[in-house]
Amino acid sequence: MKPMRLSTFRVFGAAALAVALAVPAMAQQPAQSAATMDAVKSRGTLSCGVNTGLAGFAQPDSQGRWQGFDVEYCRALAVALFNDASKVRYVPTTAQNRFTALQSGEVDMMARNTTATLSRDTSLGLDFLAVNFYDGQGFMVKSSLGVKSAKELDGATVCVQPGTTTEQNLTDWFRSNNLKFTPVIIERLEELVSAYVAGRCDAYTTDVSGLAATRSAQPNPAEHVILPEVISKEPLALAVRHGDQRWADLVRWTHNALVAAEELGINSKNVEQAAANDQRPEAQRLLGKTGGLGQMLGVSDNWAVNVIKAVGNYGEIFERHLTPLGIQRGPNAQWTQGGLQYSPPFR
Amino acid sequence: MSDTAADPRLLRAPPKRGIRLSWADERFRSIIWQILVVGLVAGVIWWLVRNTAHNLEVRRIATGWGFLSREAGLPVAESLIPYSPTDTYARALLVGVLNTLKIAVVGVVVATILGTLIGIARLSRNWLLSRIAAAYIEVVRDLPLLLQLLFWYAILQGLPSPRQSLNPATGVFLSNRGLKLPWIQWQDAHSFALLGLVLGILGAFFYARSARAKQMADGQPRKVWPVALGLVLGLPLAIWAAYGAPWQGDIPALRGFNFQGGLTVTPEYFALLIGLVMYTAAFIAEIVRAGILSVPKGQWEAAEALGLQRGRIMRMIVLPQALRVIVPPMTSQYLNLTKNSSLAVAIGYQDIVSISNTTLNQTGQAIEGIAIIMVVYLTISLSISLFMNWYNARIALVER
Repeated sequence: MKPMRLSTFRVFGAAALAVALAVPAMAQQPAQSAATMDAVKSRGTLSCGVNTGLAGFAQPDSQGRWQGFDVEYCRALAVALFNDASKVRYVPTTAQNRFTALQSGEVDMMARNTTATLSRDTSLGLDFLAVNFYDGQGFMVKSSLGVKSAKELDGATVCVQPGTTTEQNLTDWFRSNNLKFTPVIIERLEELVSAYVAGRCDAYTTDVSGLAATRSAQPNPAEHVILPEVISKEPLALAVRHGDQRWADLVRWTHNALVAAEELGINSKNVEQAAANDQRPEAQRLLGKTGGLGQMLGVSDNWAVNVIKAVGNYGEIFERHLTPLGIQRGPNAQWTQGGLQYSPPFR
Repeated sequence: MSDTAADPRLLRAPPKRGIRLSWADERFRSIIWQILVVGLVAGVIWWLVRNTAHNLEVRRIATGWGFLSREAGLPVAESLIPYSPTDTYARALLVGVLNTLKIAVVGVVVATILGTLIGIARLSRNWLLSRIAAAYIEVVRDLPLLLQLLFWYAILQGLPSPRQSLNPATGVFLSNRGLKLPWIQWQDAHSFALLGLVLGILGAFFYARSARAKQMADGQPRKVWPVALGLVLGLPLAIWAAYGAPWQGDIPALRGFNFQGGLTVTPEYFALLIGLVMYTAAFIAEIVRAGILSVPKGQWEAAEALGLQRGRIMRMIVLPQALRVIVPPMTSQYLNLTKNSSLAVAIGYQDIVSISNTTLNQTGQAIEGIAIIMVVYLTISLSISLFMNWYNARIALVER
């Protein structure tokens, strides 16, 4: 799970959400199958739950426009439905109120670095569709400490954000390695990082992508090292409400289209040309020339062309937002490159 | 008041007649209105509860309190009771409640002492002292508490690292990991001695009360302090000695990343305590000042004319009257301090809000989590209110 920011008042957020669950009477019926896509189409905008602010994944830029890896998924869906990437209402959600936001219908989908787990899948009334980023939890320490491995952290003080899988992975890992640690648990990311930088903690733990983002934001990144151990699996997945298969299909296959496009070498620059000239059957089906796959999903046949033109393929999105932070493709490389990103066939 | 010349208002008997089932009857109307209002409120609550339950069920969101007995797996930095991540959510929440009480109780006591001193300093005839107190009150009162907490936390983080820690006295270390103090290795004997101390204080209190009652009866003043001292100090010491006077120091020492052993005051707790105490003390100082100023000067003069000493005048004449003004607003300050302690999340002190938030985040049961926070604060606040109201009634003007 990813850290989040600006959430000092999350109590109020959760209280408001408790009310949100209580008040919308029978008037707003919970998701019945196939209701979400019609609702989004008739509303004219997509409500997309994103992080409150995490560099590289979702953050408003200086003009207040949302930018980031996750944000591109919201835009991709808006293009698939309306052929207009601006038809998105971004709803910043904290680690705490995100699930309720989805459950109560405040957002139609979530692209918000959320780890897919069994208990979340079953007890929260949601479905995880596609893993758009494979992450794992790691540790960062100051290089002056001379620590080379997380196994040397016995007795260390560790800075960690509360309320996420990160916290539990940390205790699990130290417990299974028979090591001791003292936690320092601060909710606001800025406070947490400044506590780590000030030396309140020996180590800072979160997902490796988050560590890389934090490290690159330091005045002298070389003063910090990310330790080699990755102590957990954090498949960050797109999520929708449970029970609406048609909507889930569109979200899942939009992600698959981005991955497949990269595999086929189709990007935002050559997609129109490919749509006209590419002779490969798989490319023709993906780009809607044959097969009528878009119709099956309930959108136009050339939806993938529009999506790729607007946001690029998976690799382009990654390079635009995550490569500048020093994040390697690693497990997020194409399966043909030894990674885990793998699209089922467009057939 | 004389009992022969009765108050005419008391002579008029209340009208006694049955209720007529008519809209023209005032009592009938008022009863109907009350039933309607209560019914409406109950109806709205019932509707909200039913709706919530329905929506939760339709959306397949888990509800209920079963999660309390599941393994929490969350780390807790400081705890008054033994806790490990393998314990249940219920125990983790209990740790949170105790941490909230730890900050609230210590905070209220220290803020009262500091606030009273500043309030008296503000009234001092010493120009410098009163101006310093005034400046303190104005500055501290006008800055948002959250900002002050972050300020204190940043200051404490600016302390040197454990390896370069300040060492003002043997066994005392101050670093950005907190304040380390030498402590004793706690054994049963110490627990029983502590119990003895509490009993001793209670005994001394009752002894002083009975001595006072005897003095009221025969006018003979009695020396209380020898017996009180014996009870308060002698009893715990005797218990401790009976157990063989165990005494083994636990001196903090630098091992590995940090100090091991000894007693730790974490920067998080310390920053929260300083912030809450200084902020609340500024308000308490003004309340104390108002209370003392509310006692007319004539009271001082009359007491001086009777030949009482200044200390006695303060203790027996002025303070009892000032307290009647002080106690009600003081109750609000105590409640404020307790509720403000929830800002602890910002600087990483794990109070009930912090742990409950984590719990509801991991279990996804927001409604239960928020309910726990509300019940805890409501219970603590009502307890403070009840105690302060009882105390207020006790010191209130008793007309004889």
